[in-house]
Amino acid sequence: MTNKLLKVNIQKELKEFDLEVDFELKKGCLGILGPSGCGKSMTLKSIAGIVDPDKGVVSLTTDEETIYYDSNKKINLKPQQRNVGYLFQNYALFPNMTVEENIACGLSKNHNEKRVSEMIKRFHLEGLEKRYPRQLSGGQQQRVALARILAYGPDVILLDEPFSAMDTYLKEQLRIELSNSLKDFDGFSILVTHNRDEAFQFCDELLILDEGKIIAKGTTYEIFENPKKVQVARLTGCKNISKIEVIDDYHLKSLDWGVTFEVSEKISPNITHIGIRAHDFSPAEKDDVNVLDTVNSTKLEMPFEWEITLANGLWWKYDKRIHDHEFTIPEYLKVDPKDIILLEE
Amino acid sequence: MAVDWSPIFISMKTASLSILITFFAGLIVAWGLVKIKNDSIKIVLDGIFTLPIVLPPTVVGFFLLYIFGVRGPIGSFFIDFFAIKIVFSWPATVIAAVVMSFPLMYRSARGAFEQVDSNLLDAGRTLGMSEWRIFWKVLFANALPGIISGGILAYARGLGEFGATAMLAGNIAGQTRTLPMAVYSEVAAGNMGEAFNYVIVIIIISFIAIFIMDYVTIRKEKQWK
Repeated sequence: MTNKLLKVNIQKELKEFDLEVDFELKKGCLGILGPSGCGKSMTLKSIAGIVDPDKGVVSLTTDEETIYYDSNKKINLKPQQRNVGYLFQNYALFPNMTVEENIACGLSKNHNEKRVSEMIKRFHLEGLEKRYPRQLSGGQQQRVALARILAYGPDVILLDEPFSAMDTYLKEQLRIELSNSLKDFDGFSILVTHNRDEAFQFCDELLILDEGKIIAKGTTYEIFENPKKVQVARLTGCKNISKIEVIDDYHLKSLDWGVTFEVSEKISPNITHIGIRAHDFSPAEKDDVNVLDTVNSTKLEMPFEWEITLANGLWWKYDKRIHDHEFTIPEYLKVDPKDIILLEE
Repeated sequence: MAVDWSPIFISMKTASLSILITFFAGLIVAWGLVKIKNDSIKIVLDGIFTLPIVLPPTVVGFFLLYIFGVRGPIGSFFIDFFAIKIVFSWPATVIAAVVMSFPLMYRSARGAFEQVDSNLLDAGRTLGMSEWRIFWKVLFANALPGIISGGILAYARGLGEFGATAMLAGNIAGQTRTLPMAVYSEVAAGNMGEAFNYVIVIIIISFIAIFIMDYVTIRKEKQWK
């Protein structure tokens, strides 16, 4: 197997902040996770060539290196020459063209019929060839958009928040469909999202972006298990985050909740916050380690979990069955010292 | 007394040639303006291209006369090099109609272009479509209903052009006397019956134009939805 490599190092001045993104991808799917307006889409558009960065390099190596963009060498390939597929949030199907015309639009005339029927089959679009995009369901539209991209044979596929404009039911179905469709694709893919579940499901590696800067980079499991920074913890879905005061090497006081905790790792001087995931509490006895009392807490019933808010603002989520409607909040809760995530600002 | 058919022929000829020019010029200018990113340049150019529709037609006629007149920059050029006098000739009716109907075409086309989702154009680019194909197959095709209605409005405006035509082309029977001119001349001469015939013709042509416009727009939109 040849060594594939996608190199992206771009800087661009934006209205609110400067975008500075630098990463390399050797295989598979990279997720870019960040709040809306953090520069995620801008990064994708710079890779596709739709937007020009101010400075930097974008290059792809498959058998040999193709430089898409290099500000020093004054290279800037047109999107047409880059062989990068882009799945837009609204799919950007051409409303004036039928399904087959949409799929064929990026192909040269010689091999287009065979390729189109191949794609129609692969994406289960038989019978819909003559339909217009507006006559299709959301799921069918997504398949047409993917078929159109893959028919063109791209080296890289960029997915720009593909599920953000959908209701929950459709979203869950399309996630499965998308992951199946991308299974046979052996190029690079980059998924941009503000949803931690999508990032976790699709991506082997993650990049966390905030205000145009990369604040974390690593494998998905690593980042979710040890977010290290406050914003990263928040983006990966950590519900409870508090400022702290260090007491000694293994003890600290949370300023927001007024509780003292013991931790399993030595507290280094740059730690300013802790995070506790809402699922990491469990019922306890009064004299356990890291115990909280639950006086005056409120509970909210969800279909599959209880959401309990303690008087000091801490969240606890406890899984339940759909037919359980009764729940007595235990008098005390505890959290294992090794489940307390130490964070830097 | 036999009806003089010449105003009808002259008007049809003038309106047809002028819409041909206006249609493509309007498209190109609209496309160019959509592409300009600098807002102040955009506003200034938009002002210039829209001006003919806001100004009194006689004022536009005045400027045209100044430019195309025997001593004007373009008028004198044509006299010196081709020995053609533009003012008070049939081409002058076309020039007047083009200038007066241009803003309608340009504004409709621009509005229609701006309505097209820019992601569609970028999608075309990432799929390797050439800019030329993107323009016709994506931008033009999706803006078509708006472009057609602009074209028909511009056609009707060219057909009805009076003020600037009177200034630049005059009212010479059999040469520059278009339908609106003929209506005016007949009324001025007290021939209300003759004028009425011309009025009916104008109403019929205009109505057909609007009918086509609505028909095409509605059919296209139904097809996609």
